[in-house]
Amino acid sequence: MPDVLKFHFDVDGSDFSSAGEASVLVKKKLRQLGYPADIIRKVSIAMYEGEINMVIHANGGTADVEVGEKDITIILKDEGPGIPDISLAMQEGYSTARENIRVLGFGAGMGLPNMKKYTDSMDIDTVIGKGTTITMKVNL
Amino acid sequence: MKIREIKEILGAELLCGECLDGDVFSACCSDMMSDVLAYVKDQGVLITGLVNPQVIRTANMMDMVCVVFVRSKIPTDDILELARESGIVVMRSDLRAFDACGLLYSAGLSQTSGDKHA
Repeated sequence: MPDVLKFHFDVDGSDFSSAGEASVLVKKKLRQLGYPADIIRKVSIAMYEGEINMVIHANGGTADVEVGEKDITIILKDEGPGIPDISLAMQEGYSTARENIRVLGFGAGMGLPNMKKYTDSMDIDTVIGKGTTITMKVNL
Repeated sequence: MKIREIKEILGAELLCGECLDGDVFSACCSDMMSDVLAYVKDQGVLITGLVNPQVIRTANMMDMVCVVFVRSKIPTDDILELARESGIVVMRSDLRAFDACGLLYSAGLSQTSGDKHA
């Protein structure tokens, strides 16, 4: 049984301009490991949207990436406010991001839909007032 | 279309990147990065009036090869440094986004011309 390659990142919630650094690093690592471009793109876009979401809504959190034999798993964990209505949050165009985030180019209501679109499975575990853990898998 | 042609058509100023002979197969214009991330296109150019590091990260995620900042926007040095690290060509143009897109579209570049590469 080959080892699962693991990456761990702390996502800083206080600095929007650095949001996405972990995703850029993961993309670089996966390229070095020689994975196909479409797989790399799916993983990095989904993770990037998740990272941005954590910074916008949850004051940061952690991101873990596990590269297995059959799939790549991305686990994003925050201690933010939680998602009150997941089906509404999954609706394209729905966003609770404030105007100060929209002027930065996010808050179009495409974050969660994009994460679902680019992954083969996505599980959202959210508790109001406690936080959210999103687990996404991209099949290899 | 070559990156060099984009520069010529838009009368743009090159800010970073050396490989202007790279091919561009599609274009996307938006100030909302999540909308850009919703549509995968290979070898694309991103036209935007938004200026922050997330523009470059978004282009990187999408494997885009060129970013054009329109409406006379000037990116900061840290943005250009990110682009250099990612191997993305960056230019700026005084044109408005609508005009920049119109000129590139008329010259044969379109949103869908990259579909066969998606």
